[in-house]
Amino acid sequence: MTTSETAKIVEEASEYKYGFTTDIEQEFAPKGLNEDIVKFISKKKDEPQWLLDWRLNAFDMWKKREYDMPGWANLKYDNIDFQDIHYFAAPKSDEEKPKSLDEIDPELLRAYNKLGIPLKEQEFLAGIKNSHKVAVDAVFDSVSVATTFKDELNKLGIIFCSFSEAVQTHPELVKKYLGSVVPTNDNFFSNLNSAVFSDGSFVYIPPNVKCPMELSTYFRINAANTGQFERTLIIADRGSYVSYLEGCTAPMRDENQLHAAVVELVALEDAEIKYSTVQNWYPGDKNGNGGIYNFVTKRGTCLGDNSKISWTQVETGSAVTWKYPSVILKGNNSKGEFYSVALSNNMQQADTGTKMIHLGKNTSSRIVSKGISAGRGQQTYRGLVSVLPNAINARNFTQCDSLLIGNDCGAHTVPYINVRNELSDVAHEATTSKISEEQLYYCRQRGINEEDATALIVNGFCREVLKNLPMEFAVEAKKLLELSLEGAVG
Amino acid sequence: MLEIKNLSVSVKNKIIINNLNLEIEKGKKVAIMGPNGSGKSTLSNVIAGKHGYQINDGQIFFNGINILDLDPEERAAKGIYLAFQYPVEIPGIANSSFLRTALNSIRKYNGEKDLNTREFLEECKDLSKRLNLDTSFLSRDLNTGFSGGEKKKNEIFHMLMMKPKLCILDEIDSGLDIDALKVISDGVSKYSNENNSMLIITHYQRLLDYIKPDEVHIFNEGKIIKSGDYNLVKTLEEKGYQEFV
Ligand SMILES: Nc1ncnc2c1ncn2[C@@H]1O[C@H](COP(=O)(O)OP(=O)(O)OP(=O)(O)O)[C@@H](O)[C@H]1O
Ligand SMILES: [Mg+2]
Repeated sequence: MTTSETAKIVEEASEYKYGFTTDIEQEFAPKGLNEDIVKFISKKKDEPQWLLDWRLNAFDMWKKREYDMPGWANLKYDNIDFQDIHYFAAPKSDEEKPKSLDEIDPELLRAYNKLGIPLKEQEFLAGIKNSHKVAVDAVFDSVSVATTFKDELNKLGIIFCSFSEAVQTHPELVKKYLGSVVPTNDNFFSNLNSAVFSDGSFVYIPPNVKCPMELSTYFRINAANTGQFERTLIIADRGSYVSYLEGCTAPMRDENQLHAAVVELVALEDAEIKYSTVQNWYPGDKNGNGGIYNFVTKRGTCLGDNSKISWTQVETGSAVTWKYPSVILKGNNSKGEFYSVALSNNMQQADTGTKMIHLGKNTSSRIVSKGISAGRGQQTYRGLVSVLPNAINARNFTQCDSLLIGNDCGAHTVPYINVRNELSDVAHEATTSKISEEQLYYCRQRGINEEDATALIVNGFCREVLKNLPMEFAVEAKKLLELSLEGAVG
Repeated sequence: MLEIKNLSVSVKNKIIINNLNLEIEKGKKVAIMGPNGSGKSTLSNVIAGKHGYQINDGQIFFNGINILDLDPEERAAKGIYLAFQYPVEIPGIANSSFLRTALNSIRKYNGEKDLNTREFLEECKDLSKRLNLDTSFLSRDLNTGFSGGEKKKNEIFHMLMMKPKLCILDEIDSGLDIDALKVISDGVSKYSNENNSMLIITHYQRLLDYIKPDEVHIFNEGKIIKSGDYNLVKTLEEKGYQEFV
């Protein structure tokens, strides 16, 4: 099938189904992945030839992998049928949508309420029919908010836009850095993403500019639908600083099973990037049905001397999480940090950690990982600290703590340490603990019920990580932890 | 206020409380003394609702209701407070925010609004001054790395903030230095009034010298073997438990 044929089918299909709803454009590609789909995506986005070539090259490499997915992670999941996926996703059709909140899974509503999300927003998040109006309003709201911010950011020369927009407006930057941190064929999923990525964020901070506000996907129109194959690129030029927040802070029930995002960060000389994530995608039900498979490649390069990249993540969602935000410490004196809280309840599985690759002199890294397992959740910390021969005086400190709630869950720690020079210092500490009966009793004697007591103790356990999050994010993260722990005790 | 009737409790099939009868009237301070392992802490825990004990027989009434089926947090919400013999450490939670969570939980249970945080913190500061506690206590992690005596002081600090109806003090004096003992007993005595009751478990006369209990019971093998007034403490101090068992 040629691109034009594909496009035609798409057009016909949309006409047939949605011909009269012209206020919101519906677009999707048929299921399956082939060269035409890649061309179709690129064409829909009106991309320049070089980017199409880049995608096609990625697709070629991916094909050669013959569905050889990484098998080393401590994760069990059904085979993913890559030909049974829409690679250019459309919003759900109105027909398929629930008509009011009454038709929404009460569990989900309870979650929304607990998070304090206003009713209108709840309707939008739950994808209620005709809530488009609300959605559009909401979007317009954030657009106006975003525009006021945009003015302020523009004055400073900061570029903050969707990835697709950046391809049009700043192709030279995109071309220079795209794939420079996560090479196309780095792994199976980054390879796939490179061929079919949908959209994501683009940030550029000019030299010596400290970005005056936290940049957040929340303000972006397409935040709700960037979906499966996000591509984000953040560049902090010499002496600049930026703090970026990623996340949907409401649990979204998503039809898409597979998410494979790529995030690349580049910090030049004296620059600092702080990247925070709160991930709470649908984890599947109590028996492990449904839920998101989250295979993400996140990596930053401290390219310049004295640069710093810090990852903070709170992972409470997804059925399967496969994620290792990493830092390549290339510049001398550069610093990498990884602060993580990952929680697996019910049948959730998380294999997550980080890689700190020390290349430059006097580079240092710090890893603080807090894993919480409850229900039948399985949790693996997998981390690599690699100190290469030239990384004289490199230092790493790793603290890796696991907390078990109940008797049916598991925690595993897999640290790889690879030190290739003698003038470096690598320290690893690990603990595993259980919430003790005595702690729970003490809290309950003070009037705090068992569920709240568990949440309290878990929050205490995670504090070192949570305190790295921006204020409002930390509050939401706490609520999310509480929510995700529901049913873990009693 | 509290009425224990024919209470028998065992742990792992070993009888610890043996047909105990005890009544604590509103406004009264009752002391229990007894040798190690005689079941004093077990009694406190059974009143507070800790799980893991077999209640073989008997009832515990608190203000007229049988509380044996209530969870610990429900009993706490009704005004039962236990100052622990061995307070536990909870890392990562500031003492003051733990206390605020506790107070708000109880308020919620009783249908009251959340505390005003500023007023709460003011009260915390005032009280910590009164108890000679450094204000850093409020922000430190709950009991974590506290010295033995500091933990005990903190139990009384919580108690005076929570204003319970029944205060069970399980060896609150052990580990306290002389000055701290005075300050703490002083706090307890001032709090005691005609509307609340105290159950004071101790091994030493000194605490009771300050608090002046209305009744003293000697406890052995899970039951009361002798009851009297404050003078009983003196006899005990002179002659030891041998005299009574
Ligand atoms: N969970 C338990 N498992 C086994 N034995 C227990 C348990 N709890 C209490 N006991 C036993 O019950 C008896 C009473 O213990 P308890 O702690 O009530 O004594 P106590 O009077 O408070 O002693 P002390 O003055 O030393 O504090 C002891 O023999 C103790 O070992
Ligand atoms: Mg005891």
